[in-house]
Amino acid sequence: MRVPALLLALLSVLAPASADEIASGSTFLSPELRRRQGDPNRNPAWFWVDQGKELFAEKPATGQACLGCHADPAASLRGAATHYPQVDRPSGKLLNLESRIEQCRVERQRQPAFGYESAELLSLTAYVASLSRGLPMSVRTDGPARPFYEAGQAFFERRQGQLNLSCKQCHDGLVGQKLRGDTISHGAGTGYPAYRLEWNTVGSLHRRLRACSLGVRATQFDYGSPEYLALELYLAGRAEGLPVETPAMRR
Amino acid sequence: MAASPALALEPYRIVADAIPEALGGKIGDASRGAALVRDRERGNCLICHQGDDPSEPFQGSIGPSLKGVGARLEAGQIRLRLVDMSRLDPQTVMPPYFRIENMRDVAPAYRGQPALSAQEIEDVVSYLASLKTE
Ligand code: HEC
Ligand code: HEC
Repeated sequence: MRVPALLLALLSVLAPASADEIASGSTFLSPELRRRQGDPNRNPAWFWVDQGKELFAEKPATGQACLGCHADPAASLRGAATHYPQVDRPSGKLLNLESRIEQCRVERQRQPAFGYESAELLSLTAYVASLSRGLPMSVRTDGPARPFYEAGQAFFERRQGQLNLSCKQCHDGLVGQKLRGDTISHGAGTGYPAYRLEWNTVGSLHRRLRACSLGVRATQFDYGSPEYLALELYLAGRAEGLPVETPAMRR
Repeated sequence: MAASPALALEPYRIVADAIPEALGGKIGDASRGAALVRDRERGNCLICHQGDDPSEPFQGSIGPSLKGVGARLEAGQIRLRLVDMSRLDPQTVMPPYFRIENMRDVAPAYRGQPALSAQEIEDVVSYLASLKTE
């Protein structure tokens, strides 16, 4: 299983993007940044992964450690991140990896939520996602996920903000073009949480989405908002088959 | 020819593919226009376009180069392309810099205002119209 997944990852980085297929954000990095990303000693995001691994094993004041329920995570949680966002059966809510971790924290560990964009939640999310590195994204977009997926697609395709641009105009129509110093990618988002040089730290996918909203002078939705969750599902569905690359580096 | 009743904005008249008269009768200042085109907070045009100055770092490659645009287009044609390019091409990527209606999810700080004022549009028009050499 491991070898083909790695091969797949390699191929998707090397293959040029065509109109009907999507390439990962790493394809558009400068060669130097791509080398840095691939070197665990020079990609600072691994520090968050290591922190996440420690937190995963740490027993909180109440309840068990994550490790208590998820023994041998390298095997038991391998591939988990490829299926997020997903609809939570009992509640009918759309959960991304961050919201699932928070749910475990609050309902199973009986601890206060970490909060979106806290160092703890970013670390745990980066760690759990890193266990799926190289595995292809594979979210459900049918059944109960359908309405969320469609809402995300509608968001992606509509013009918004004072600059009146849609996500699709940039991330479909202008892929490979220069927007100031950036090269526009397909907006796959498969490397998040990622270390962005501009942030000088690790941030979530929703932080990146807020940056794109601000870029077109549109409303920035909250971290974990229904709007961005639906968008995240649409992006994940669009990225079907692309390997998880967390923890990535971005400009 | 169509009249444009933009709510609180100065009205303008479109003739063919141009807005022949200056918005609100304002007189443009080319040097202020040059600054606006470059300014990352206001015009920020170089995020998408190549400008006239090759020494400016990180210029965009999305729209046509602005070098020599004043030789290709009349001032009135430039004005319409800035005000609302979607009148010429509904699918355009070029943002409407002087329009407030039919916009969605505009961030509160920008809501109800055009991206550039009538005076700023005239400043940019007069700068771009002066770029005559390709
Ligand atoms: C005006 C152009 C523009 C618009 C509109 C835009 N983006 Fe982006 N986006 C960028 C640029 C530039 C980057 C950084 C380079 C890259 O990775 O594409 C980026 C990055 C991203 C990334 C990170 C990709 C990665 O793998 O690192 C995602 C995801 C994304 N955008 C999604 C969206 C969504 C969803 C919308 C609409 C809400 C949107 N963008 C609107 C220009 C835009
Ligand atoms: C998000 C990208 C983007 C931004 C920002 C942008 N433009 Fe454009 N611009 C375009 C595109 C794309 C076209 C081509 C329009 C078309 O054919 O529909 C264009 C066309 C033009 C034209 C017509 C050029 C010609 O040769 O036909 C002018 C003039 C122009 N832009 C000036 C500006 C100015 C001035 C600004 C800033 C105040 C600006 N643009 C900001 C993308 C952009």
